[in-house]
Amino acid sequence: MSANLVALAYLVASVFFILALKGLSSPESARRGNLFGIIGMAIAVVTTLTLTQNWLLILGCIAVGGIIGALVAQRVQMTAMPELVAFMHSLVGLAAVFIAIAAVNNPVSFGLPEVLPAGSKLELFLGTFIGAMTWSGSVIAFLKLSGRMSGTPIVFSGQHALNLVLAIAMVGFGLWFFFSETTNWTAFIAMTAIAFVLGFLIIIPIGGADMPVVISMLNSYSGWAAAGIGFSLGNPMLIIAGSLVGSSGAILSYIMCKAMNRPFLSVILGGFGSDGGTAAADSGEQKTYRSGSADDAAFLMGNADSVIIVPGYGLAVARAQHAVKELAEKLHEKGVNVRFAIHPVAGRMPGHMNVLLAEAEIPYEQVQEMEEINSDFSNTDVVLVLGANDVVNPAAYVPGSPIYGMPILDAHKARTVMVVKRSMAVGYAGLDNDLFYMDKTMMIFGDAKKVVENLVKAL
Amino acid sequence: MIGEVDPVIVNLTVFVLAIFVGYHVVWNVTPALHTPLMSVTNAISGIILVGAMLAAGPAETDWGVWLGAAAVTLAAINVFGGFLVSQRMLEMFKKKDKKGSA
Repeated sequence: MSANLVALAYLVASVFFILALKGLSSPESARRGNLFGIIGMAIAVVTTLTLTQNWLLILGCIAVGGIIGALVAQRVQMTAMPELVAFMHSLVGLAAVFIAIAAVNNPVSFGLPEVLPAGSKLELFLGTFIGAMTWSGSVIAFLKLSGRMSGTPIVFSGQHALNLVLAIAMVGFGLWFFFSETTNWTAFIAMTAIAFVLGFLIIIPIGGADMPVVISMLNSYSGWAAAGIGFSLGNPMLIIAGSLVGSSGAILSYIMCKAMNRPFLSVILGGFGSDGGTAAADSGEQKTYRSGSADDAAFLMGNADSVIIVPGYGLAVARAQHAVKELAEKLHEKGVNVRFAIHPVAGRMPGHMNVLLAEAEIPYEQVQEMEEINSDFSNTDVVLVLGANDVVNPAAYVPGSPIYGMPILDAHKARTVMVVKRSMAVGYAGLDNDLFYMDKTMMIFGDAKKVVENLVKAL
Repeated sequence: MIGEVDPVIVNLTVFVLAIFVGYHVVWNVTPALHTPLMSVTNAISGIILVGAMLAAGPAETDWGVWLGAAAVTLAAINVFGGFLVSQRMLEMFKKKDKKGSA
């Protein structure tokens, strides 16, 4: 295939990638969008195959990877989506590092001159360090999300100073690599190794509930890594696809930070929720709350006109989505208007709750975003909070509170509030929640799934 | 004129324009589909497969080719896993027409 034909085919593939993302603007067109993505990828791979000689090796590797990927995609639980996504980011990062090393080893196979020009060295440096940080950062995110590593932030004194020193050292080795006349492997390997360590150190101080930001950020990194490799290889398709992913991840991080009313930098520096834990206890005085049984709750809900369910991470942990669907159906049969209110940071990744509810076949018309539904709480009879805490904490309206200004779901405005929770423990922000002590609030203690099943039985 | 321009500048042009396209397209994605958005973009960043194939491409096999082959495998997991899991999720967002509305 001539170089021009290859470039044209790559252009077609790039357009398909853009259409893939465009398709996601509504659930109706989303599956077609995904199909466009697959077509784009197929065009890209077949075109590239004509430029290579080891067809057997390459197709064999694609088959092996494809089978693994297909099996994982088929078997993964919807509640485990966040860790799957983190796992896949790590693969992109590692692949980027491998490709960069191969390009430094044999530039000619990528159509680069034998002695790497300065521009290519810079691009390889960028691609490698972003890739390496994506890999190690995503591995930590994966371990935290899958519960193989505690979600509590790991902080130690001098942490940020250490990161800064490492970052400077990394750039130093990068410059050494850049200015060396011949291929300077020592500098390249040292830089890559430091980038791996840095990716690891940057993610360990970030706590579990900040994961929506982290996972979006790593999503963004994996895109920039691909774009960086695209620059090194002078391949516009890689640059376009990488930039699409990079900006997508960046926008998601921005949306998540905004939904927590926290600056991006403060999330990334980490440590949130680890030192604030004492703030809740010092208010001292005994506050009273009312706890009730599932039967009481079922009675109230069955007689209500309108019910809004607020799901949170607790729903995902308890895998209660199917039980919730039954509850919604039961209430619906009784003529109750049931809706779901989704806070942008509910769960561990953007859109986490929507996927779980969709899995349970809850029609998405019943599932509403915060802006759509927030004004309706004041004329709602019953709000059922399922495993959510900070996102319904009215302290967000109190100046001086650590979460002051965070947009919340106004559950406290409803006539009756029911909170399903395992205990009175504080949420991620380490704050007590006044919602739990209101006169109109009833606490139902227990595992979200068990409680909801009992509710269904009692209805 | 374009022949005299450093390819890096051309690439930079593509890069900046692609970011603008990405920015506008992604803001239009409905929040309910943010998780599928992540898995689709994940699959798309598997485009790095193309770079991996070039690394694994040369006929004379040295360790760089094997590294490329490893990268091909990793990227392929991403591409297949990403698109298939998105497909599975988006299937769930299908409208359930048959049940009718009450």
